[in-house]
Amino acid sequence: MQGAKTYRISFVFLTLALLCAWLLNISSGSVSIPFADVLSTLFGETPETASWEYIIWDYRFPKAFTSILVGGGLSLSGLLMQTLFRNPLAGPFVLGISSGASLGAALLLMGVSLLAGYTSFSFLGDVSLAIAASIGSFLVLLIVMIVAQRVKDTMALLIIGLMFGSITSAIVSVLAYFSSAENLQRFIFWSFGSVGNLSVNQLLLLGGIVALGVILSIISIKSLNAFLLGENYAQSLGVSLKKSRLTIIVATGLLAGGITAFAGPIAFVGLAVPHLTRQIFNTMEHKVLIPAVMLYGAILMLLCDTLAQLPNSASVLPINAITSLVGAPVVIWLLVRKRKMMF
Amino acid sequence: MAKVDKNIVSVTDLAIGYESKTIAERINFELETGMLCGVVGINGIGKSTLLRTLGGFQPKLDGNIWLKDQNLEKYTSSDLSKELSVVLTEQPASKNLTVQELIALGRQPYTNWLGTLTKQDKLQIEASLDAFLLKDLRYRKCHQLSDGQLQRVLVARAMAQDTSLILLDEPTTHLDLYHKVQILKMLQELAHNKQKTILFTTHEIELAIQLCDRILILDGKDNPFGDPCQLIEQKHFDRLFPSEMVQFDAKTGSFKVSK
Repeated sequence: MQGAKTYRISFVFLTLALLCAWLLNISSGSVSIPFADVLSTLFGETPETASWEYIIWDYRFPKAFTSILVGGGLSLSGLLMQTLFRNPLAGPFVLGISSGASLGAALLLMGVSLLAGYTSFSFLGDVSLAIAASIGSFLVLLIVMIVAQRVKDTMALLIIGLMFGSITSAIVSVLAYFSSAENLQRFIFWSFGSVGNLSVNQLLLLGGIVALGVILSIISIKSLNAFLLGENYAQSLGVSLKKSRLTIIVATGLLAGGITAFAGPIAFVGLAVPHLTRQIFNTMEHKVLIPAVMLYGAILMLLCDTLAQLPNSASVLPINAITSLVGAPVVIWLLVRKRKMMF
Repeated sequence: MAKVDKNIVSVTDLAIGYESKTIAERINFELETGMLCGVVGINGIGKSTLLRTLGGFQPKLDGNIWLKDQNLEKYTSSDLSKELSVVLTEQPASKNLTVQELIALGRQPYTNWLGTLTKQDKLQIEASLDAFLLKDLRYRKCHQLSDGQLQRVLVARAMAQDTSLILLDEPTTHLDLYHKVQILKMLQELAHNKQKTILFTTHEIELAIQLCDRILILDGKDNPFGDPCQLIEQKHFDRLFPSEMVQFDAKTGSFKVSK
């Protein structure tokens, strides 16, 4: 409300920043392509080296698109959770939602082949991985939600999230012990996190899941705003608690679970981005915050991916490590500077 | 049996509490439009439970609660949000909200699915800001406010919700005498000028006697209800506390420590 214009300027600025980050991301990689050639290729011309066209359109373009989906979606799920749990430290990673997704993925990648006794992956389509990870994250989210109803204590919730992380890694260790080297390697690579190597079909599926999560979030805007006052106040404003809680949980589960399935567990984006966004947008109105955190998250993810790419070298760092290196100091900085984290 | 009269709330033979334990029973009172009513009683006698029951947060055990011409339980939550607003003892979950944003949330029952504020909504928000002297604080965050200011904001939000009945749970706790009187005076004005019916729990019995149109005393027995002067005459306040500790002075309407 307070001057819609100020937000408009911030949004224009963020959109421009997104464009810059996207161009930077597309123009950097293991093969060095001059910026002018990147631009001309993007505008449909054929570059002097034929392989550049392939690299840009078939590798870097989908990768940048995945980064945008992953960054935007994870940040949105973080925002939803912070509002739902009335907790500034809530996020898909901290509350064990990503661990749940990991568990789902691990059970599928390593467990099923154990039970079935063969290592063929032919039947393990992308859809089943997405479903397994989503179910895993959804289950953890439900358990955390039930616990949150009984335990009002913020710390208890976070500790429960940590415990889920431990349980997951324990089960994963057990699975790994019995698993074949090949399957184990698949899981380990998945757990490093990656926004590359997604086929068009996988990308479409991920896009669909994120879109569904965004739509559910938009439907929930009004109840999300009411939840800022607390559940009793929300109820007195006519919000149906059960229905809106479920909608928000499903949205979060889809976003965090779906993204984790395709890109691996990516830390800190969901926790840090909503806080960073609130530094720019001085409002708690979710109508403004939802697009803002998505833009901010997409920018951050593109930049992290650009860093992970190690310019002009063939090595790619695990994206999970980069987001942690960027995200953890941000959280510490927020805590030290503001003394108190608020949402 | 529909009840048709000028009463906004009428409560008959109400019993409140939890399944395993009745906290208070035989509660009877009626409030007309524009009345300010205080609920007093010692700690643990069921003031908050009464408020939670009236607010629809917890089911009653027995008796009847009429809100306007309908039983309280018959209301859907969205209809109820247009007839009844609350100010609770709990703090808003997010202290990062600005004063104006928080008050605007009071308009939720009337806005569309996206919560877009119409001209009518904005007028109502301005009126609430104005009535509770919050115009200068509108862009302040809640964590920057003093206890007295925050309380005013929460009441202003309830006013913006524009309901016929407003329930407040201990609106004067943590405030100094000046701010206690200020908030109660504002409630009185809201009740008398805007024709709202207001029911609040409080420990400020002396202030309640001076400002309220009606008082409900929860004493664990008959729960007397009526005009403050009438209640003084009937010596109901004398029995509120053990007389060897505190005594009520009917002339001044105040309590004295027993010597």
